[in-house]
Amino acid sequence: MLEINAQGMPYRELNRLIREAVAAGEESFRLYNVCGQRYIGAGLRRPVYIEIHGVPGNDLGVFMDGPTILVRDNGQDGVGNTMNDGRIVIHGDAGDVLGYGMRGGSLFIRGDVGYRVGIHMKAYREQVPVIVVGGTAGDFFGEYMAGGIMVLLGLYGGARRPLAGDYLGTGMHGGVIYVRGRPEPYRLGKEVRVFELENGDAAILQPLLDRFAEHFGTEPLDVGREPFTKLLPVSHRPYGRLYAT
Amino acid sequence: MREGMVRIPSGCAVSAVMNTRGRRINGEAITRSIACMHDRSNGLGGGFAAYGIYPEFAELYALHLLCDDEAARLDADAFLQKNFEVHRSEPIPTRRVREITDPPVIWRYFVAPRRECLEQRCLEDERDLVTEAVMTVNNRIPGAYVMSSGKNMGVFKGVGFPEDISRFYRLDEYEGYMWTAHGRFPTNTPGWWGGAHPFNLLDWSVVHNGEISSYGINKRYLEMFGYRLELQTDTEVVAYLFDLLHRRHGLSLSVVCRVLAPPFWKDIDRMEAAEREANTALRMVYGSAMMNGPFSIIVSHSRGLIGLNDRVKLRPLVCGRKGDFVLLASEESALRLLLGDPDEVWAVRAGHPVIVEMERSVAA
Amino acid sequence: MKSIIPPEHIIRVDHTRCRRCGTCVRGCGFGALSFARSLWDQSLAVFKGDADMENIRSRIEPHFRDHVVGDNTKCVQCHYCVTHCPEGAINIEPNPLAYKATHHWLPEYMRNVWLQAETGGVILTGSGNDKAYFSYFDHLVLDACQVTNPSIDPLREPMELRTYLGSKPDVLAFEERPGGGLRLKTRLAPQLKLETPILFAAMSYGAISLNAQKALAMAAREAGTFMNTGEGGLHRDLYPYADHIIVQVASGRFGVNAEYLERAAAVEIKIGQGAKPGIGGHLPGEKVTEDVSQTRMIPVGTDALSPAPHHDIYSIEDLAQLIYAIKEATAYTKPVSVKIAAVHNVAAIASGIARAGADIIYIDGFRGGTGASPLVIRDHVGIPIEVALAAVDERLRQEGIRNRVSIVAAGGIRHSGDVAKAIALGADAVAVGTAALVAMGCHVCQKCYTGNCSWGIATQRPELVRRLDPEKAAERLYNLLRGWSLELKEILGALGTNAIESLRGNRERLRGVGLSAQDLGILGVKPAGVGIGG
Repeated sequence: MLEINAQGMPYRELNRLIREAVAAGEESFRLYNVCGQRYIGAGLRRPVYIEIHGVPGNDLGVFMDGPTILVRDNGQDGVGNTMNDGRIVIHGDAGDVLGYGMRGGSLFIRGDVGYRVGIHMKAYREQVPVIVVGGTAGDFFGEYMAGGIMVLLGLYGGARRPLAGDYLGTGMHGGVIYVRGRPEPYRLGKEVRVFELENGDAAILQPLLDRFAEHFGTEPLDVGREPFTKLLPVSHRPYGRLYAT
Repeated sequence: MREGMVRIPSGCAVSAVMNTRGRRINGEAITRSIACMHDRSNGLGGGFAAYGIYPEFAELYALHLLCDDEAARLDADAFLQKNFEVHRSEPIPTRRVREITDPPVIWRYFVAPRRECLEQRCLEDERDLVTEAVMTVNNRIPGAYVMSSGKNMGVFKGVGFPEDISRFYRLDEYEGYMWTAHGRFPTNTPGWWGGAHPFNLLDWSVVHNGEISSYGINKRYLEMFGYRLELQTDTEVVAYLFDLLHRRHGLSLSVVCRVLAPPFWKDIDRMEAAEREANTALRMVYGSAMMNGPFSIIVSHSRGLIGLNDRVKLRPLVCGRKGDFVLLASEESALRLLLGDPDEVWAVRAGHPVIVEMERSVAA
Repeated sequence: MKSIIPPEHIIRVDHTRCRRCGTCVRGCGFGALSFARSLWDQSLAVFKGDADMENIRSRIEPHFRDHVVGDNTKCVQCHYCVTHCPEGAINIEPNPLAYKATHHWLPEYMRNVWLQAETGGVILTGSGNDKAYFSYFDHLVLDACQVTNPSIDPLREPMELRTYLGSKPDVLAFEERPGGGLRLKTRLAPQLKLETPILFAAMSYGAISLNAQKALAMAAREAGTFMNTGEGGLHRDLYPYADHIIVQVASGRFGVNAEYLERAAAVEIKIGQGAKPGIGGHLPGEKVTEDVSQTRMIPVGTDALSPAPHHDIYSIEDLAQLIYAIKEATAYTKPVSVKIAAVHNVAAIASGIARAGADIIYIDGFRGGTGASPLVIRDHVGIPIEVALAAVDERLRQEGIRNRVSIVAAGGIRHSGDVAKAIALGADAVAVGTAALVAMGCHVCQKCYTGNCSWGIATQRPELVRRLDPEKAAERLYNLLRGWSLELKEILGALGTNAIESLRGNRERLRGVGLSAQDLGILGVKPAGVGIGG
């Protein structure tokens, strides 16, 4: 375990230390006093473990391809941007545009997330990206979603704010969003509809709930007892009739 | 239309003499050398730069001014008084010469920058203030033009054949350790004394034969670093490039010459790795400073001389040495006239500068 | 709904020369040509089993002379049939249909109204803006030497086109070794080395065929320049050429992962495209074949939607964030380019991009091509590359940051004269898309979005793609670059210079013919008739 005190350290230096240590065979890191350093884990392609104490900067895990990152505090914007594989676990809240264009791996956020989370997430072959949010989400959750699985639990929001914001799943044309509750129709993007869970959904969702509980040390939710619904795109070709040809 | 507003291509003769031990030479010698190449110029421009001529004012900037009339000189005078302590101000002595007509008001000032001006402008190097002042006089004060602005040196130039200009300025009454000279063949009537060579800034003087085809981009490159090129002459480009690259960017004179006339890629490709890297970087970064087209130039500064040809040798330049005298000229004859039988004489190679420096022991 | 749109072109087959070899019938990607026999068979099939019809047929058939017939409504005037007919028996002519003559309601506008009245959709098109906007390139001329400086003979004397793209410092530091050795002390940012200042513009796999991409990659390697994947990912067949490939990161992030970034010579963030500034893209599901799906890393048959903006860039500081994300992911070993469409405020935008840390700014003018764009956007949004380029170069110089970035100009470069003019206006290099496609056979029929390209370029249909032999197409592309490079050397020689850097930004060597004072001011060019310094 390589421990790095990131106090006042510019991100270029911090990331260079990590890159060089990974190249030299180091497999696990503990970063202390992180505060705003960007791009931690950027482009790393080995299954290393990085534990972060403090608030990491934007684009945590951008282009990442394998590592596991644990954040003890909050995350900022752009977590898991264009991520290919690996896992990011955030114990607090996180910001906007999480998992943009994410193609594989998983994000677990215990608390609330901001706007446009999971935007343009896509699946490819055996790669199925996953985002599980314990709290509530802002508008445009799952915008453009082309594949993968998103789960929105709303465990901590209470009446403070709605489970999900407006334009939920707008432009969605692939993948599935599981929501613990039933979003009001006016909040939905016009390309999605709310469905009841079917046979087979539990097999997908329950392991994710178990994993969530495991990461955050909470009681696992039981799919069967919770009011889950799912959002699916109405069409894989939402824009099929758009053009005059 | 006055030169400076239009660009006037010209052919030329150049010549220079220097004593590397600082022994002073009478202005008559360089005059003979440039006069020997009389047929390379057409009587529309001649001039000289002389170094070591003002030992009694060695710590002061000698500003040589050409003014259209007394009113212009007074405007320049007021401006200079504001920025400098003027230790002496006088007309430059001339004599009546039949061939020289309609001279402007010719004046010289010996000045030191005012400390408070440096403070106000946040300038560390007093030479930056002198540079700015020269630019301001040349561009903002109508009818006034600073011919030279170095220490212990001066430029004497005008419209006429160089040997006539020499007599006009009484150069036989000056002694300096280094002289450069220029005879000009402009392609139309300039009628303006400022257009003659040498071109000067601080102690940099340039005489130049040829045309710089890359002028447009060299100019835009220099403008990016705050130079204002309003005279439309190649020579101005050369002087400012030396000022920028040597004084401000800290490149050695030989590297500056390599920027101006860089090696060809085919030669760079054959260099060993580190050398190749350095030369590649030099071309990458300073491509806009490269001078393209035919030129031979002689650049002088208080410690020495540089002779440089374009990289495909489209203009002539010959170098000769005898004892501690070094000469450069467009033609060998101009050397032999002064040196007799030189110890050495060679044609300067394309793109390979001749850099002559004062012996270290000699105080300039 | 029955269409009332008349065909744009008439297919004329000279039946006295036609030998019915079928080359044209098989060749047409749009199915506009067929044998009359097959049409006859199709129509008679309706009556199958009708004894009377069989009777009629047997009596007519011996007298029926099979021949090639054209369906004018399907013809796009790509000239594949015309070019390949061994007998020279086929021609495509404009439909002489007499529309009521008007200067305002041109036939094109009527046709488009009809099309939309019939479909209610957005009209798509391919290629670049073809409207009769004023061309600045055509009103700029280059200089040459006479007497006062010599022109240089490029065939026998050195003439250098080598160009490096990337961020350069203002100042270098050297260590000079005794004996004259020079050592560089400054650490330079990564650069792309071009043997000629011409790149191939970004064209994605999906928009064009893999064979077309391979040809571009081979030619780029041969000529010492670069091709660009566009946002379609990097097909494994292109891996051997990766040293000569710039990969794109666009809003859809298709095919983008750490490996993709690692393989490339440089990475380009695509913000916009000259043919469709400010809008997203859409590769229809039917073009997402097995192979395209692998390269884009999306399932077969799904629409590939590129969002209009990058959703991690809503402001200039976010661009800086993505630029440095890419630099971090590639350990600062590759230049990062940012491609934008030429729009009104391009100079300020470019300044921001330079300050955001980009190594290269790629500006795409409104003539730039596309595989598919809404017609209204292609033809009515954006500004010409000449003015955009001039404004950007001048602004970066005024701000003293021109060295920090290289400028690539694109969007409407048709010949080496345009290349030279663009470089004189301030470009470090140009990029060509349409010209490269034309070199491969494209006839600019503008139907790229249909995926039916008879020439095998803008299609994924295997039987069409097969026609484009990558080796032969690469040779044509290489020849084009060679020809243009030779011409550039002629131009440099005439200008009395022997290195491209002496033309770069040297607007003194350009003059405007018939341009307004304001245009001249924007271009930083003097009118013809004014000498140097005038």
